Amino acid sequence: MKDFFKKLPEQAVRVVTVFIGLVLILLVVWRFILPPELKDHDLQITATVEREVAKEIKYAGAQICGQCHEKEPEIKKVGYHRDLSCESCHGAAQKHVENPTEVKPTSPKKRDYCSYCHKYNSSRPTGFPQINPDRHNPRKPCITCHNPHNPKPPTTPRSCAACHAQIERAKAASYHALIACAVCHTTPEKHKVSPRTVIPTKPDKREFCGKCHDKGSSRKGVPTVDMAAHGEKYVCWQCHYPHTLGGI
Amino acid sequence: MDRRDFLKHFCWVISSGGVLGGVSADAWARMLNKTYDTTKHYYGMGIDIDKCIGCGRCMEACKTENDVPAVPYYFRTWVERYVIKTDRTVSVNTINMESDEPGDVLVEKDVLRSFFVPKLCNQCDHPPCVQVCPVGATFKTDDGVILVDSKRCIGCRYCIQACPYGARYLHPETRVADKCTFCYHRLVKGLLPVCVEVCPKQARVFGDMKSIASPLGRFTRMNKIHVLKPSLNTDPKVYYANLDGEVN
Ligand code: HEC
Ligand code: HEC
Ligand code: HEC
Ligand code: HEC
Ligand code: HEC
Ligand code: HEC
Ligand code: HEC
Ligand code: HEC
Repeated sequence: MKDFFKKLPEQAVRVVTVFIGLVLILLVVWRFILPPELKDHDLQITATVEREVAKEIKYAGAQICGQCHEKEPEIKKVGYHRDLSCESCHGAAQKHVENPTEVKPTSPKKRDYCSYCHKYNSSRPTGFPQINPDRHNPRKPCITCHNPHNPKPPTTPRSCAACHAQIERAKAASYHALIACAVCHTTPEKHKVSPRTVIPTKPDKREFCGKCHDKGSSRKGVPTVDMAAHGEKYVCWQCHYPHTLGGI
Repeated sequence: MDRRDFLKHFCWVISSGGVLGGVSADAWARMLNKTYDTTKHYYGMGIDIDKCIGCGRCMEACKTENDVPAVPYYFRTWVERYVIKTDRTVSVNTINMESDEPGDVLVEKDVLRSFFVPKLCNQCDHPPCVQVCPVGATFKTDDGVILVDSKRCIGCRYCIQACPYGARYLHPETRVADKCTFCYHRLVKGLLPVCVEVCPKQARVFGDMKSIASPLGRFTRMNKIHVLKPSLNTDPKVYYANLDGEVN
């Protein structure tokens, strides 16, 4: 055995020693320096999930507010803002929940906060109440007239534009500009208060448009068509959208 | 110390290291499971385009909850405004939550249709981002959420490139990839993701597909559902109702 080592050239021994040294360093690094979650996929997942779960919660959720505040959730529950979470307006309030007297949530008293949701924007779905902040009682804070927790307007909105401004504006530029909404939609007054439970009518027959547009109609200044032949298979608004009347 | 002793010690250290590693992994798993069993949940989100009013409260809350930089380039969730004009041109803009400006002022009669599309990580069942990660830093949990191991991520941006939905970004401070986690830290404590919490119109609903009763059940039953880029076979778990074909 000893002879065997002696026979080996010195440089080979050195190379092997260096090699063994490297392997040892590698083993040490692998075993003692690398954290276990870098080596084992399952461990990695648990460690990451742990880290994720430990993250700080900043929004407490709407449930807990009611434990200390009775009035606001009570009012809000029955009003137009019932689907809003308290923190949609008051901002992140977990710190307030943990320490209610020291940390106070903000209350958005300025007009521009309400505008995030209520400023007119033609992409908003029809029926959503929108205002033009430059014209809707300018400069006064909204909360002088609307309770933010139940924003029922002091008076019932007068115009359909309150919630259908996009249709109103489109119609204003169309051939039907002078025809009131009510001519084509019988609208119960309650629709303006509970719009989803009380729904206006919509024209349902060709003859409805025929009242004005039939050949035989006595109205003046109305272009007429031969109802029997004109677009006979369809209702009129399949081809003419009565709010825009640009063709589509 | 002779070679024999050295080897003895070496073996002992190695084996005990292995045992320790195994024990701690087990302890972690048990700690987590005490309160929350990952295998009992499977999460998804429903988004109703017809309900979104584009108020941007979800974007704002998400940034606060998840420490996303406030500047408007980094998002875990964002809302796009689609405008399809009568000449069929389509414009898409991410809404600016810092201002109540509605973006371009539109002439209503030129607009064919317009709407808002909230977006976030689709938490794909077959996530391309997981496949491309060269260091295995991103993975899917048992409850269906894609997470990033911020300690292992090397910030190479492969996943950001690979995500067909643009849902990832490189966090400018930590320099690692960051993305929506469905607010994992809230879920395990029984809270809603913060974007769902603050949505004033319930345009976003959240649910557990392994639960016998969840709002997502009705959502997927009552609506025709579409997912983004179905042709990529990523199997998203964000379900859209009333999604327009122009959205991609
Ligand atoms: C543990 C009890 C507790 C909980 C839970 C709690 N609050 Fe409060 N909150 C208080 C108390 C007490 C005050 C009154 C402090 C004072 O007037 O000095 C207060 C005051 C407020 C105020 C008024 C701040 C001001 O400037 O006067 C707001 C707004 C508010 N809370 C919102 C919330 C919201 C939103 C939640 C739910 C996320 C919530 N609170 C949950 C105890 C609580
Ligand atoms: C539409 C936005 C909005 C929502 C939603 C909302 N608040 Fe408020 N809240 C306000 C505003 C604005 C004020 C300030 C009112 C004032 O100063 O007159 C306020 C004031 C308060 C105050 C202080 C009242 C006082 O008399 O000083 C409390 C407490 C409060 N809110 C709790 C709640 C709770 C609890 C909820 C959820 C049930 C909630 N708010 C939901 C906007 C909102
Ligand atoms: C986060 C979005 C949001 C904010 C902020 C908000 N609202 Fe609302 N508001 C709504 C929603 C949603 C409705 C219900 C509309 C519906 O049923 O479609 C509503 C309804 C209303 C209505 C009822 C209109 C009607 O006649 O139907 C008024 C008035 C109103 N809000 C005023 C305010 C005021 C004032 C503020 C500021 C303190 C405010 N809102 C802040 C979302 C918001
Ligand atoms: C001077 C009192 C006053 C102020 C200030 C005020 N409103 Fe109104 N608001 C009303 C009245 C009255 C109505 C209902 C009658 C109408 O439509 O003209 C109304 C109606 C509304 C409606 C229902 C849609 C509509 O056009 O009728 C919304 C939404 C609304 N207000 C939001 C706001 C917001 C947001 C602010 C702040 C930017 C605000 N209001 C400020 C008195 C006020
Ligand atoms: C307070 C807000 C509000 C006001 C004011 C309002 N609407 Fe509506 N309207 C709605 C909502 C909300 C819907 C339901 C939209 C939806 O979800 O389909 C609706 C739906 C309608 C529909 C469609 C019904 C259907 O079957 O699809 C018509 C037509 C209509 N409104 C006409 C009017 C007319 C005409 C006026 C004015 C006299 C008016 N509305 C005033 C909120 C309002
Ligand atoms: C010339 C008749 C006519 C007038 C005037 C009219 N509408 Fe309509 N409206 C219709 C018809 C027809 C439909 C059904 C369209 C369809 O189903 O394709 C309709 C549908 C609607 C709808 C359902 C949603 C939609 O976009 O189709 C709403 C809301 C509505 N109208 C509101 C209004 C309001 C508000 C006004 C007044 C500014 C108004 N309409 C004026 C004929 C009219
Ligand atoms: C109250 C009477 C009245 C009713 C009801 C009515 N219209 Fe009209 N319509 C008019 C008048 C008046 C004009 C022409 C306005 C002008 O030329 O300034 C017009 C114009 C039109 C035009 C444009 C014609 C052109 O010259 O290009 C079309 C299309 C049209 N209406 C379709 C309809 C349809 C569809 C309905 C049913 C949903 C309808 N109208 C219901 C009065 C009416
Ligand atoms: C199949 C699609 C279609 C249907 C359905 C349809 N129209 Fe038309 N309509 C057209 C087209 C296309 C034109 C323009 C061609 C033309 O000038 O002859 C037109 C033109 C008109 C005009 C303008 C005529 C003029 O002299 O300027 C009126 C008014 C009109 N339609 C009313 C109606 C009424 C009322 C109905 C329902 C009874 C109806 N349309 C149904 C396609 C249709």
